[in-house]
Amino acid sequence: MVKVQIYVTLKAGVLDPQGSAINNALHTMGYNEVSEVQTGKFIELHMEKTDDVQEKVEEMCHKLLTNPVIEDYTYNMEEVVSS
Amino acid sequence: MSLLLEPSPEQIKKEHIYKEMGLKEQEFAMVEKILGRLPNYTETGLFSVMWSEHCSYKHSKVVLKKFPVTGEKVLQGPGEGAGIIDIGDEQAVVFKIESHNHPSAIEPYQGAATGVGGILRDVFSMGARPIAMLNSLRFGELENPRVRYLLEEVVAGIAGYGNCVGVPTVGGEIQFDPCYEGNPLVNAMCVGLIDHKDIQKGQAKGVGNTVLYVGADTGRDGIHGATFASEELSEESESKRPAVQVGDPFKEKLLLEACLELVKSDALVGIQDMGAAGLTSSSAEMASKAGSGIEMNLDLVPQREKGMTPYEMMLSESQERMLLVVEKGREQEIIDICDKWGLLSANVGEVIEEQVLRLIHNGEVVADVPVDSLAEDAPVYHPASSEPAYYRENQEIKWLPDVEDVQETLLRLLKQPTIASKEWIYDQYDYMVQTNTVVQPGSDAAVIKVRDKNKALAMTTDCNSRYIYLDPETGGRIAVAEAARNIVCSGAQPLGITDCLNYGSPENPEIFWQIEKSADGISEACTELSTPVIGGNVSLYNETSQGAVYPTPVIGMVGLIEDLKHITTQTFKKAGDAVYVIGEAAPEFGGSELQKMEQGFISGRAPKLDLNVEKKRQQQLLEAIKTGIVSSAHDISEGGLGVAITESLIGTSLGADVTLSEHPVKELFSETQSRFVISVPADQTKMIEDMIEDAHFIGTVTDNSQLHIASATGETVVQASLKTLEETWKGAIPCLVKSKA
Amino acid sequence: MKFAVIVFPGSNCDDDMFYAIKDGLGEDVEKVWYTEKSVEAYDAILIPGGFSYGDYLRSGAIARFAPVMESVIEEAAKGKPVLGICNGFQVLLEAGLLPGAMQRNKSLKFICRQTTLQVKNNATAFSEKYEQDEEITIPVAHGEGNYFCDETTLQELQDNNQIVFTYKDDINGSVGDIAGIVNKEGNVLGMMPHPERATLDLLGSADGLPLFQSILNHWRKSHVVTT
Repeated sequence: MVKVQIYVTLKAGVLDPQGSAINNALHTMGYNEVSEVQTGKFIELHMEKTDDVQEKVEEMCHKLLTNPVIEDYTYNMEEVVSS
Repeated sequence: MSLLLEPSPEQIKKEHIYKEMGLKEQEFAMVEKILGRLPNYTETGLFSVMWSEHCSYKHSKVVLKKFPVTGEKVLQGPGEGAGIIDIGDEQAVVFKIESHNHPSAIEPYQGAATGVGGILRDVFSMGARPIAMLNSLRFGELENPRVRYLLEEVVAGIAGYGNCVGVPTVGGEIQFDPCYEGNPLVNAMCVGLIDHKDIQKGQAKGVGNTVLYVGADTGRDGIHGATFASEELSEESESKRPAVQVGDPFKEKLLLEACLELVKSDALVGIQDMGAAGLTSSSAEMASKAGSGIEMNLDLVPQREKGMTPYEMMLSESQERMLLVVEKGREQEIIDICDKWGLLSANVGEVIEEQVLRLIHNGEVVADVPVDSLAEDAPVYHPASSEPAYYRENQEIKWLPDVEDVQETLLRLLKQPTIASKEWIYDQYDYMVQTNTVVQPGSDAAVIKVRDKNKALAMTTDCNSRYIYLDPETGGRIAVAEAARNIVCSGAQPLGITDCLNYGSPENPEIFWQIEKSADGISEACTELSTPVIGGNVSLYNETSQGAVYPTPVIGMVGLIEDLKHITTQTFKKAGDAVYVIGEAAPEFGGSELQKMEQGFISGRAPKLDLNVEKKRQQQLLEAIKTGIVSSAHDISEGGLGVAITESLIGTSLGADVTLSEHPVKELFSETQSRFVISVPADQTKMIEDMIEDAHFIGTVTDNSQLHIASATGETVVQASLKTLEETWKGAIPCLVKSKA
Repeated sequence: MKFAVIVFPGSNCDDDMFYAIKDGLGEDVEKVWYTEKSVEAYDAILIPGGFSYGDYLRSGAIARFAPVMESVIEEAAKGKPVLGICNGFQVLLEAGLLPGAMQRNKSLKFICRQTTLQVKNNATAFSEKYEQDEEITIPVAHGEGNYFCDETTLQELQDNNQIVFTYKDDINGSVGDIAGIVNKEGNVLGMMPHPERATLDLLGSADGLPLFQSILNHWRKSHVVTT
């Protein structure tokens, strides 16, 4: 089994209203060292470790898990022992 | 906690473990007597939730008995998921209000969202399609950042849930007062529509019939929510966060559609929501009502987490679940409908003859208790009651305002959050879905038309808790009367009420006095105005270390508009129309918005209310509306006549020219009850004066978008543009909410 | 003319759409469950608003893979009118039948109110009963109606006259105040505002009715022989 952790973020240049709201809130709280906030989604999959697992993950990301018009993704994979 | 680690019956008794679950010592002794033995851990849990205030009304039963609950149109009074009133054409309206105060104080988004979910299920488990939601909210002052956070999250939670399910949130009310700072009130009301033939009951009839579990699986969320709702809030409550359930409005929508399809099947015998006290209350109550018993195998209950104990499964308040009783042999018909809607269903047990709730887990009986002892035999307390000193003191206080500038006072009143526009809030609610919303939020009452019929339903929630604090009995009467005024102004005949009784701890005699007296007032008004109480909810222990909230029995009222032509709104319609006030102002400022604004707190006597006068004026106004001679009607409430006239102008491009006959401060700002401001076509003035005994002409609607008010001596006391009035009124709440620290 | 209203789990404006066609327009209409394989038998396909699949993951992302969508895409390719409103628009975007994507409103809050729209192109099968540049009142009710596309796409939309409706005021942050667009072929319209909620004056506006009348009118031109 593998555990796949996928991070979905907005593409550069796409407005992130939630990110700016958090940024503003942090500033009003005095955290002026923060210059930028980006929000995104975290998706975790547990799946069978097949030979084409990487290919499958990318396909899933492209087809369903992200919208390529506005979103980018990165992921990492780690082998787990099933309990 | 695994079974092995559960304390033994002896330990539970010796170490007073039952107290942690909310049972009192004498209550535990009663349980021991009923069973003839010591209860085990699971059984102690069953009794503790079923005997909590939330499920048993043990401290409020004596008061609830006072309410008039019958009427010729009442098809179902208190006792089922929701009450039902006939509206003709073989149709009926189903409605109920419920609180979710404590969960909302701890986790406002989910607390409010699951409050909406619970009240929706109460209505659709009766077989009715929910057609509208209202909510009644109370918060501390918006200057406090924590209060702003609570407001934002509660509103977002209501919107997030209601909008997704597709039931329009069409109205309600919101008030701000320091007493609600640590203990906000979140009351949600749902109104549904049903054909008589589809009315369901939560009964487990027919020995051998199958008990079917439908909906979301059971997790550890919300364990002991019912007990939690029956305790005072403390710092510790914050750490009880896991007790707050998380809602899934998508699943609720599927459950709603599935249930409305299920009720068409005669294979369905009974159905009840797994609300507070989850599987325990639904099974025990359904069996108790039918005079039967239920045996359930808990191994078959769909579980979201591993290793759940019987105690956890029975007390879980996971949302979006229903318990069904299905005719034996026809389970598949029901399961097929659940499958179509993608819902989990599981055969978890059967109806048995012996009137007990028997639970099996891993092949062993883990609980075996009489159903009536759970559902019916909770102790009934008659708490001590004593008149608080503050009441007498206030009866002696006569506060009169000292107003120098009438116009400036009016503008400041319009900015008070309790009076100001609530657009910032209802803009976030989908109030139009289902396309029947004729009168939108922001009016006296919301109006929903009945599809394919020439009739509509008017609905509102009301409660001025300041009056009730000052004088519970009079205040209780006013709450009902004001709700009825709102309903009548929309052109409807009031049908009945549901109430949500929010108070502090009933074990405090002064609080219990508030409960008793306000219930008396509500009963008197309901009897006089022919609006029976068809159901509701009690929320006690609304206290923090700062003290109890004001006594806040929220009244939810529904009325019937017999012809769509009768629908009337509060705004002036045409220049040249004559403006009338029904009733006369007395110098009554105790508990008024003006007093709160000027003094910073309330004191003195609440306004008087004569129910005979109230009834007469309501009847005469409704008759006039039905005759078709009333252009607009608005009740005079918080802030008085000045605010009411302003509200009649907002949203139009009209103006008004008004001449007062007495002292401007009294006439414009007093909160004397049983009054209305109406406008009528110029050629109907004779007719209106004939029909409405207490109607006094005060002025004319103009086309100049200006409000002009002159005193009896001809002096101008208000000369303001509609734009200024509207901007002041609309800008207040967004401005307060945005002023983030 | 026979309309199909697609129903996904979580759709909640399906009834509203159904009654807008049945009572407002007075034409045949049926609800089509998401598991159906074909919508070939219908003359127009309507994808209603709501929260299909709870709007989980992204609005419209899961509905786009519902069994019925394959046939919807096929019929769209044949030139049949397909109208997606609110969540329906989001489904069309996810399905790639229309360009762009939706984001949360710039206020981050759900908004429900009457809005003024401008008819930017009255030469489509969905807008021919309106005047060019006419201002109409149609309500919105959405949390994610902030239309986004890159500049090249926006340029294309403008060049091809694909922008059918714009908001008069910027209510949600949409690029170019876009409220509704058609595909290049002109037979697929997606819009966030709800014309099906504006078919009766009693409910505040009847300005949505001409949109449905346009669909009918357009269809009649090619399907009904006048004698």
